[in-house]
Amino acid sequence: MMSEGSSFMKGLILGGIFCLVMSYFETFNPGVHSESHQHLHHHLKPLSKDELQKLSESQMSELTQQVRVYCLIMVTPKLLVHWVTVNDTWSKHCDKSVFYTSESSKAVEGFDLQEQDEWARLRKAIKHAYENAGDLRWFFVARPTTFAIIENLKYLVLDKDSSQPFYIGHTEKSGELDYVEYDSGIVLSYEAVRRLIEMFKDEDKCPERGRALWKMPEEKQLATCLKYSGVFAENGEDAQGKGLFNKKSTSSLISDSMGQNPADVVEACCSDMAITFGGMSPSQMQVLMFGVYRLRPYGHDFHDSLTFLPPKDSDND
Amino acid sequence: MTQPPHLESRTQHVRDTWGKRCNIILYMSSKESDFPTVGLNVSEGRSQLYWKTIRAFQHIHKHHLDDADWFLKADDDTFVVLENLRYGLSKHNTEEPLYFGRRFTPFVKQGYMSGGAGYVLSKEALRRFVKGFADGLCTHNTELEDTGLGQCMETMRVRTGDSRDVLRRQTFHPYPPYYYLPRQLPRPRPWYLLYEHYDPVEGPGCCSDLAISFHYIDAVGMHTLEYYTYHLRPYGYKYRFNPDNK
Repeated sequence: MMSEGSSFMKGLILGGIFCLVMSYFETFNPGVHSESHQHLHHHLKPLSKDELQKLSESQMSELTQQVRVYCLIMVTPKLLVHWVTVNDTWSKHCDKSVFYTSESSKAVEGFDLQEQDEWARLRKAIKHAYENAGDLRWFFVARPTTFAIIENLKYLVLDKDSSQPFYIGHTEKSGELDYVEYDSGIVLSYEAVRRLIEMFKDEDKCPERGRALWKMPEEKQLATCLKYSGVFAENGEDAQGKGLFNKKSTSSLISDSMGQNPADVVEACCSDMAITFGGMSPSQMQVLMFGVYRLRPYGHDFHDSLTFLPPKDSDND
Repeated sequence: MTQPPHLESRTQHVRDTWGKRCNIILYMSSKESDFPTVGLNVSEGRSQLYWKTIRAFQHIHKHHLDDADWFLKADDDTFVVLENLRYGLSKHNTEEPLYFGRRFTPFVKQGYMSGGAGYVLSKEALRRFVKGFADGLCTHNTELEDTGLGQCMETMRVRTGDSRDVLRRQTFHPYPPYYYLPRQLPRPRPWYLLYEHYDPVEGPGCCSDLAISFHYIDAVGMHTLEYYTYHLRPYGYKYRFNPDNK
């Protein structure tokens, strides 16, 4: 009995050491899982000013036409005020925006998925969006507590080929999994969505209703399914390396910066070309809408290389 | 206008944001300091506010009359966009007796300008204000700084200007943006709009794109507005409001 017990213990210890060694190897070789994707970096930046200026007017015009965004805003009747506010603010700047809801609301229009499970709902929404994309090639998924500046999103992906798999946002790591945080918004290229929908068919790798004892949040389920189809999370940042996707609100970020960088609060805080802010209340979103699209000092000209026109039938931008 | 206990919590943030855009900025206080603050011969407190304002303008008239064209009074919790102030004033003549701000209606026949939202005097208006006190035509007849100044302006025949933009939207604001911008169903005037001289508009039409001031802005709010005004922007966006192209 004793010798069997000690063999078992030796086996257990050896197995444990083997596991530790293997996981160490993986962390030292991040390139190991990059064999099937075309781009090897995990930080994604917009075109530089110089590169933009090299483009001809017709190239510029073509790129501006091509970079069109389908916004999927995942709502529930509980978030009605946010839903209505997003409908009245930033979503007007998407080329198409659809509010995918768990159940219908009498107060406002939305696409009723009749689904209470969040992951199942996200899958259905993505499938519907893909089937109804028309000639739109970029998808942006957000909760109604997030505010997005779509023009800056377009600027970020302007030179990226949507027929390549892109999965962009603020990236976090959970063990070996790099995933894009939901609260700061998720950007997917057409090809990424195409592969994802294919992977949805695989009930083993990408189940609709998880079989785990605990429920993995949708953002990680999404990352897992995408990883299996060779699509990897990339962190969106500006030329200076500042994150463009934020899960905190503007005032929260400014407040943090006041503590960390009192001499240079705004410079150190957030990018001029920020794309998202999470955790925004409805009235904060109304103010941010004004702050982004209207409030400005007279006489400052930016000489941007692109032009985005204001949306029709809108009075708050 | 500031005071010793506010230098770190408020005034510093004015200095770190919009203060540097003034041609000259003077921090008026009861005590002189290395901040630097100008020490006026007054004590602090709401009851002394009009005295403080009178002394401040007398100081400026004495020492800085020729150093500037227009004279803005703001509080240490007012956020000001200097470029938009200059733009708004550009079509006016500083030798005329004029002053601008958020026009309120009661107490003074021609109306008066809200103190918190900030107001700006032409050079002639400043001369007349100081002369009014020198000649005894204006007196310290109230503790309310904005009403008092408004009364003296009327006595000295200084006109209340209209600071709204070409679309009749307000530029000076006595409260923060979130009071005005959210859409509202048609309703009777809320308390903070009771004194309005011009018909108030709630929702997006409340406020000019080229807003000049917001008030009751705390330290975080100052830097947030600085970020919104001077940094955060939508790349390539063609703004709707182009006042020069009309």
